[in-house]
Amino acid sequence: MKKTILIVDDDLDYLFQLKLKVERFGFEVITAEGQHEGEKMMSTFKPDLAIFDLMMENEDSGFILSYKIKKKYPDVPVILATAVTAETGMSFDLSEESNKEWIKADLILDKGIRADQLEKEIKKLLKM
Amino acid sequence: MATLKILIVDDEPGIRSGLVRILRNFRVDYPFMDEFYEFTSFEAATGEEGLEIIDKEQPDIVLLDNKLPGIQGVQVLEYIRQKKYDTFVVMITSYASLELAVKATHDGAVDFIPKPFTPQELKSSLETIVKQIYLKRMARDMKQEGKQIRFQFLSVLSHELKAPLNAVEGYLNIIKDRQMGDKLDDYNELVDRSLKRLHGMRNLIFDLLDMTKIESGKPSQKSENTDLVKITQNAIDTMMPFAIQKEVVVKLNAPESLIKFLDPEEMEIILNNLISNAIKYNNPNGKVQIDLAEKAGKTIISVADSGIGISTEDLAKLFKDFSRIKNPKTKNISGSGLGLSIVKKIVELNKGKISVESEPDKGTVFTVVLPV
Repeated sequence: MKKTILIVDDDLDYLFQLKLKVERFGFEVITAEGQHEGEKMMSTFKPDLAIFDLMMENEDSGFILSYKIKKKYPDVPVILATAVTAETGMSFDLSEESNKEWIKADLILDKGIRADQLEKEIKKLLKM
Repeated sequence: MATLKILIVDDEPGIRSGLVRILRNFRVDYPFMDEFYEFTSFEAATGEEGLEIIDKEQPDIVLLDNKLPGIQGVQVLEYIRQKKYDTFVVMITSYASLELAVKATHDGAVDFIPKPFTPQELKSSLETIVKQIYLKRMARDMKQEGKQIRFQFLSVLSHELKAPLNAVEGYLNIIKDRQMGDKLDDYNELVDRSLKRLHGMRNLIFDLLDMTKIESGKPSQKSENTDLVKITQNAIDTMMPFAIQKEVVVKLNAPESLIKFLDPEEMEIILNNLISNAIKYNNPNGKVQIDLAEKAGKTIISVADSGIGISTEDLAKLFKDFSRIKNPKTKNISGSGLGLSIVKKIVELNKGKISVESEPDKGTVFTVVLPV
């Protein structure tokens, strides 16, 4: 059976493009158009992996979603896709222990990541 | 290192000492903060005792039980709000009362911790609050240096300019690689979406140009005798194709002419923005009613629509730079998020006032009062 990936982003164009990419990797994709919708979806549905945008309704929507999904389904890998670093100079690095404590994601990726890299990262997290 | 004062108000000594113990060894440290935060605790067994400590120490955070022997937690909360203390209040309650939760949130409580709670639940609530305190302090410091607004503006601006570029680039790549097959028609929507994003980007650039006109923050030097009725009529004419497309009727109620000593370009920006918003956020068969009048030497411009309306919560964000109200009804409407902030700036430069009244699904009325 195909594995299902939940993608949440409030930029509908990015959402469409990412969905297309991930489907081409051979996954089933469901999407939500913002933090609120994402939370609703999570409450009834368990994906095999989740990809969240960072800034949506709130500046830290992605962190909030990561926290909530990990609380409900601790085994679901989470990728945060952000464009934040380039814009604000703020960077988050999960290889530092101190960050792992509060960022409940498995991987933080730049939104501009190449498709083949993204595919590799997803498959690694899904142990495929 | 920074130390935050935290007051615990709870009538159960066991809970108080438990909290003190958790807080003693707890520190909050985010990578983006230049120092970590620790806590010193104060304890109060009653609300009355709590108020005394609040006045004396002005704690940064209050952990507040609602059920107390004397005055209740919500009353303590109300007191803090009335005194306008800069204090974050976390209510500790048994999850029983939704009503209480609503009231407390209304009165400014930032979080709830249900009893019984784990140390981790307390800690994550405090982490969020410390993050807010830190950002608030940072914002305050930056404001003092006059940097904050520019920094925020530029970082959001670059985001707003980059997002459409990324979207269009993404679509072009899909088209280039024929990722959706060989049928040309399958790509129509992608082309449309790209055009829409480019259109939005162009509007943003126009708005930015408007903004540079008022950037200096000084009253305009280009005031002249300006007929507001004529400017309004021009704005309506420009917007007419858009109104027809949206099936919205625009009506103007104004005297023959209304000549005031104002900058015509600025007035154009105000009217264009208000009228185009009134059409944009309207429903099919909707109405836009524009009233121009002079009362007691003041000019009153009012633009009313029968559109989707704005919730009370969203009204607060309305006039901020790049603030866009995001909900299912606005999902397919594009905008730069700058229009109303520009309008407000112009109105204020002219020593006027802008106000808004709105009811979701009924409509919105913007009223501009200029003192000339």
